[in-house]
Amino acid sequence: MAFRLKLVPEKTNIDFFKWQWLTFGASIAAVVISILAVAIMGLNFGVDFKGGTTIRVESTQAVDIATYRTALDELGLGEVAITEVFDPSFRADQHVKMLRIAPQEGYEAVTPETIVEVEQAVLKIDPAATFPSVESVGPKVSNELIWKAFLAVTAASAGIWIYVWLRFEWQFAVGCVAALIHDVIVTVGVFAIFQFKFDLTIVAALLTILGYSVNDTVVIFDRLRENLRKFKEMPLRDLMNLTTNETLSRTIMTMTTTALALTALVIFGGDVIRGFVGAMLFGVFIGAYSTLYVAKNIVLMLGLDRSKHEGEPGADAEVAEA
Amino acid sequence: MSDTPLWKTLLIWALCALGLVFALPNAFYDRVERHNDAVAAIEKTRGPEVDGVRPEGTATPEQAADRALWPDWAPSAIVPLGLDLRGGAHLLAEVQVADVYAARIDGMWPDVRDALRDLRDQIGNVRRQPSPEGVLRVAISNPAGLEAAVAKVRSLAAPVTTLTGMGQSDIEVSTDNGEIVVQLSEAERLATDQRTLQQSLEIIRRRVDEVGTREPTIQRVGDDRILIQVPGIGSAAELKSLIGTTAKLTFNPVVRVTSDAGARPGPREALLPAQDDPNTYYIVEKTPVVTGEELTNAQPSFDQNSRPAVEFQFDPTGARKFGDYTANNIGKPFAIVLDDQVISAPVIQSHIPGGRGIITGQFTVEESTELAVLLRAGALPAEMTFLEERTIGPELGADSVRAGQVAAVVGAGLVALYMIASYGLFGTFTVIALAINIALMFAIQSLIGATLTLPGIAGIVLTMGMAVDANVLIYERMREELRAGRSPRVAIHEGYDKALSAITDSNVTGMLTALIMFFVGTGPVRGFAVTTAIGIVTSMFTAVYVTRAIIAIYIGWRRPKTIIV
Repeated sequence: MAFRLKLVPEKTNIDFFKWQWLTFGASIAAVVISILAVAIMGLNFGVDFKGGTTIRVESTQAVDIATYRTALDELGLGEVAITEVFDPSFRADQHVKMLRIAPQEGYEAVTPETIVEVEQAVLKIDPAATFPSVESVGPKVSNELIWKAFLAVTAASAGIWIYVWLRFEWQFAVGCVAALIHDVIVTVGVFAIFQFKFDLTIVAALLTILGYSVNDTVVIFDRLRENLRKFKEMPLRDLMNLTTNETLSRTIMTMTTTALALTALVIFGGDVIRGFVGAMLFGVFIGAYSTLYVAKNIVLMLGLDRSKHEGEPGADAEVAEA
Repeated sequence: MSDTPLWKTLLIWALCALGLVFALPNAFYDRVERHNDAVAAIEKTRGPEVDGVRPEGTATPEQAADRALWPDWAPSAIVPLGLDLRGGAHLLAEVQVADVYAARIDGMWPDVRDALRDLRDQIGNVRRQPSPEGVLRVAISNPAGLEAAVAKVRSLAAPVTTLTGMGQSDIEVSTDNGEIVVQLSEAERLATDQRTLQQSLEIIRRRVDEVGTREPTIQRVGDDRILIQVPGIGSAAELKSLIGTTAKLTFNPVVRVTSDAGARPGPREALLPAQDDPNTYYIVEKTPVVTGEELTNAQPSFDQNSRPAVEFQFDPTGARKFGDYTANNIGKPFAIVLDDQVISAPVIQSHIPGGRGIITGQFTVEESTELAVLLRAGALPAEMTFLEERTIGPELGADSVRAGQVAAVVGAGLVALYMIASYGLFGTFTVIALAINIALMFAIQSLIGATLTLPGIAGIVLTMGMAVDANVLIYERMREELRAGRSPRVAIHEGYDKALSAITDSNVTGMLTALIMFFVGTGPVRGFAVTTAIGIVTSMFTAVYVTRAIIAIYIGWRRPKTIIV
């Protein structure tokens, strides 16, 4: 037998419902904590959603944040956030800072004068500074973007619900969408707890997580549907366990390849998209978890009407032989 | 294998080959890009058709050298890079369409006044009352004549000239407190908005094209917004000054010329710099004689002495005003003002009837052509405010490309190693299919010109991770079938057959989210949506058909008794 790397043994017989209530409780707790975190701590919205300006300052000199703060406070622009950015791909003399300026009061549009003022103040303390990226969003647009983002996630969930409903039974659709909502809320919660920057690209990541998570769930459901026809007598709980065990090696394989690819991006992809790919990487794990422990739990709770296939011959006997 | 017809196998390999051929230019990105630029530049120099044949363009030596970098017969479409990778500026502008209403209504006052003057015996004196922007209020001294006055003003209305507004008139005339109130009708406002946006788009497009940057995006968004993305431009501020925020073309009487930047203009006068000379300033009357809106045409030409000049033509109203003014002001200069800069200030040589005129000056042929374009394009009909602006420097873009490349290579390597370690020979088949998949993605993006953004690169890497999913599904199925004691051929067949439904389901839902992202997202997010959508299609093809074709070759060649997946 040739060597094969196997993270999952050939035949597993794990009872995924053994910890049914514990995992279910943990999921609910995670969702509640996430909602609370968003409600209490709020999200660290980027300029896309909050309006204002971010300026990326790159320099060959290391100037500390305190110097920046004194220079920028003099301008009286309200809240100015200054963060230092580190990345393994930076050159030794590459010092990067992100300045974030709150939207100026009374303006719906962007305020180019502010940008010029800030850039000049920075050049005064660090003549070597360059501004490779300046992003400015007026409050009018940012409010629309929040709405659009919300709409996108809702529309995607609804679309998936309808598709799964058409392809499977309604219980599957409920389970699937519950798992999706769980994934999205927990991911958003993590962003709230750690106060990572939440902008448009994170919404794209959320949508990708939706796609990935549903992919995972649908594969198991597909196999479950097949097994439902095959094994008429087996209790639903055992049938689900059998299905999950059958597809477990695939779930782990796909999770690993996707996670490998994303890890490469997190490490080498640069700081500009780290939040984006980081969110997706997290989503891959939470997606796999919710497939195993949320989606099926709900289908099991809702129960399935198995009378449909009663007329067809089952294959229970065949398995008993094998 | 016998269950795949030969034509189908050939088709699969032909598609793969095409994919590789069309992806190839991207491997020589810089060379192909320079070649394409040179070809485009040479194309521009080609003259108009003569006897059904267009003469060849002329190339400078550098252009010829650039063109030779890549053969003309080879495919030369490359993936356009988004602003976040190439650097450039992004602006979202809102056109203040209401400005135009105000200008229209103000422009109506002289006509209304003249019309009412004819009824002076009935209505007495006519006076314009203060009113909000876009509303004209007229008071008359004899209230008894109000009805007649309203009827007279109504007779000035013209029908709206759009399909939806057919049959409606352009103004609404009502009375309020014994005063006549004139406003634009709803239908006319819509028609005006439409025109204003069209005009603004056209003007921005022309001005951006003037500087000749590569693939600018200029498009209308929603009712009154315009999205402008220009790669390669230094900053959003530069872009804004290029398209001009309050650009207006006017012809103003010149009061005097000065070299003093601090000169104080009198009341209703303005001090404007000359465009071509930093030391010359003009003091002009603020009220223009005619505006660019009244210009119907402008083209480069030559004067009697064969010097480059620009010919122009006004519409009837403009022609009348221009004719009257030139008749009364022979020998005086008047200024052609664009974006608050005097482009030229010719001296009126004679009365110019008929609204035709010629601008002479110290022009080169290029300058006169450019001026004609500017005049034709005219001024922005309304002011714009900027709701969003983003600048990405080219170095940051290049850094992102580099980082993306490294990540993609490492990611691909990890996935490949893992697949081979897990499925041995069959894993290798998947890796080959994966490579073809990436080539196909690049080929399709190049051919349809879909922009690659930084999240798009992440999309490619993610697709590599997820593309193997289909093969994992198939191989896991095959393993099961083999364990159940099926022969290799049956196991392979069953593996592909049974996995297909799960593969389809998972890809359809993936496609769904990609589509939603495309319609809701902008810029980089859109790029991500496009890349993943293409990736879903190509990975379905390579994972299901290409790997199967490879396995068919292997089975046909080696005829193994047993296989280990």
